[in-house]
Amino acid sequence: MAGEPLLRVEDLKLHYRSGRGVVRALDGVSFDVRRNEALVVLGESGCGKSTLAKALMRLLPRNIAHFSGRMLVDGVETMGHSEERFRREVRWVRISLVMQAAMNALNPVVRVGQQVAEPLRVHRGWSNRRALDRAAEVFALVGVSADFLQRYPFELSGGMRQRVVLAMALVTEPDLVIMDEPTSALDVLTQASIMNALKRIKQELGTSFILITHDVSTSSELAERVALMYAGQLVELADAKDFFREPAHPYSKLLMASVPRLHQEEKPVHIPGQPPNLLDPPEGCRFAERCPSRFGRCDRDPETFRIGERRTVRCWLHAEGTRT
Amino acid sequence: MNASIREVRTSATGPVLSVRDLHTWFELRQWGFLRVGSVRAVDGVNFDLKAGEAVAFVGESGCGKSSLARTLLGLHQPTRGEVIFEGRSLGTLNAAERKAYLARVGYVQQDPYGALPPFMDVRRILHEPLIVHGVRSRAERDKRARAALEEVRLSPPEDFLSKFPHMLSGGQQQRVVIARALILRPAMIIADEPVSMLDASVRVEILQLLRSIQTDHGLTLAFITHDLSTVRHFAERIFVMYAGRIVEQAEVNELLNHPQHPYTQALLAAISDPDADNAHQQREVPPGEPPSLLKPPAGCRFHPRCNRMIAGTCDREYPPDLEPRSGHGTACWLYR
Ligand SMILES: Nc1ncnc2c1ncn2[C@@H]1O[C@H](COP(=O)(O)OP(=O)(O)OP(=O)(O)O)[C@@H](O)[C@H]1O
Ligand SMILES: Nc1ncnc2c1ncn2[C@@H]1O[C@H](COP(=O)(O)OP(=O)(O)OP(=O)(O)O)[C@@H](O)[C@H]1O
Ligand SMILES: [Mg+2]
Ligand SMILES: [Mg+2]
Repeated sequence: MAGEPLLRVEDLKLHYRSGRGVVRALDGVSFDVRRNEALVVLGESGCGKSTLAKALMRLLPRNIAHFSGRMLVDGVETMGHSEERFRREVRWVRISLVMQAAMNALNPVVRVGQQVAEPLRVHRGWSNRRALDRAAEVFALVGVSADFLQRYPFELSGGMRQRVVLAMALVTEPDLVIMDEPTSALDVLTQASIMNALKRIKQELGTSFILITHDVSTSSELAERVALMYAGQLVELADAKDFFREPAHPYSKLLMASVPRLHQEEKPVHIPGQPPNLLDPPEGCRFAERCPSRFGRCDRDPETFRIGERRTVRCWLHAEGTRT
Repeated sequence: MNASIREVRTSATGPVLSVRDLHTWFELRQWGFLRVGSVRAVDGVNFDLKAGEAVAFVGESGCGKSSLARTLLGLHQPTRGEVIFEGRSLGTLNAAERKAYLARVGYVQQDPYGALPPFMDVRRILHEPLIVHGVRSRAERDKRARAALEEVRLSPPEDFLSKFPHMLSGGQQQRVVIARALILRPAMIIADEPVSMLDASVRVEILQLLRSIQTDHGLTLAFITHDLSTVRHFAERIFVMYAGRIVEQAEVNELLNHPQHPYTQALLAAISDPDADNAHQQREVPPGEPPSLLKPPAGCRFHPRCNRMIAGTCDREYPPDLEPRSGHGTACWLYR
């Protein structure tokens, strides 16, 4: 299977039903993740990042209006899998998820070691002893001392609880770990130390990551590839070194200019306006209303163009690239 | 640091706010009566703010930033020490003077989403402080509410006056919170993490707004944050807090370019600017976590995590305030 990416997603859509109509939260997203690669998904609040995570894990709320697209794991199409088969072969087995704010959702009355060991007992039928030993190993990996196995969540700091939920996602040794805003609520030193642990895990275990965040600076601690979302769609997908140095989409450019930097004299800019309502997004380019480079063609929905080997941009300005 | 304090005192303008030996401890009880100990949230803080300057307090979660802010506002009674505003100690004010003080100091509280009462529309939210402070005329209140909305660039005001908080975006809600803090025309604003809940692009916008209001009106602005990468653009001076105390203070560029305290150095080293090379190197991070404020370590609070700890000194006695560089103060034994 050499050459097949670990994960391939094509035209993934997930729409919600709501009292006021259909929310097009995820509206045609395509990307690959290779083995041992870290993809960062950036975008502002409400653009559909958590919806993407839920779609990939197929953890769907009841009010789904539409769910479609292709999702291949090691080249095997999984969208057709029954729920039973998806659970047996994909979810928590190949791909696991650290949900947004998961550190506040730990069970308050169960010792954290037991919570980390649980999937091994339940899904693999391991003995409690064996599962706890494995939990201790994963604790070491994420930087929690084994003494903490016996503690309750309220006895741990926020940073320690975040490491515990990370351990829960890693304990079954998945190929891909999706993390939704794993460090956004934490202090810089705690953030840096958790990012250090993730880099080490990636190197030692060869795990792939999808890191979802709105924090561009922290994302660079792990990113090899960057996907930028806007209003339910991917506007740019590129290698981190190209994206951070020379973003191509007008929204990417503004976003990068809005990032405050420690050693920079110029003030960061802000992006005027607001993202469109996903109940009724515009026909044409969704960013056009706020775009300084908008022109006539932007009334039509832009295609996604490929520039060079490794970058795609959903913008008419790049129409000289090849169509994807 | 001591030298600069004296200098400020005797200068023509004088400090608008002075804080001396301030302690705010919270008594911790079990089952409502058993005294377990005290949380030393603010534990010996000294500083002066000059009229019209913008300063930032930075430090990790739980280091006492909000407790300090709330003590400055008179919402917590200090356990020891005093807060002196425009020459008068808060402890000596009677009820009427205290109310007048609260009109002089605007407060933007942490957590914008909890800051606005959900059942009030924007008009009522903005009228409320005016009513409390005796502005009887409805027309006058309306005029000031409109002016405050214009000030925070929510215009035209008519579009916002009858909206309820849930109809506004996070950034708009935060502007309303700022408008409310401005409506009594305060001399000083204390903004506690005014943007931490917002998207990066909106953050910059709100900080710029606060800063421009501050310079336009010559307000004194104290803002609290744990985001060091924004402070250089929005403050002139920085105070770094660790475990209830100020460990370093200096003018912004001086502090960012020449951090003296090992804690400040660690904080700055942990901050990333977006760069693809970051993914390929481990960052240096001090071990451990900030101490419990219930039983802080003896000596320097940072010594258990410090890689330059001097045994027998740093673990024994709290360091004095020293001034290793001109105008740049730090509490660290390395500079004795
Ligand atoms: N269960 C749901 N039912 C209806 N609408 C939903 C549901 N979950 C999310 N949405 C809407 O879908 C859009 C995308 O939400 P999502 O949570 O994916 O955004 P996000 O990018 O993760 O935002 P944030 O950065 O704030 O976490 C939003 O408009 C949101 O209000
Ligand atoms: N009213 C209170 N009663 C008891 N303890 C308190 C009270 N308010 C704060 N504390 C404690 O005092 C310490 C300092 O809290 P504070 O809210 O001032 O920190 P902070 O620096 O603002 O943190 P953050 O960045 O998370 O907002 C914490 O240990 C907190 O639990
Ligand atoms: Mg989300
Ligand atoms: Mg606080």
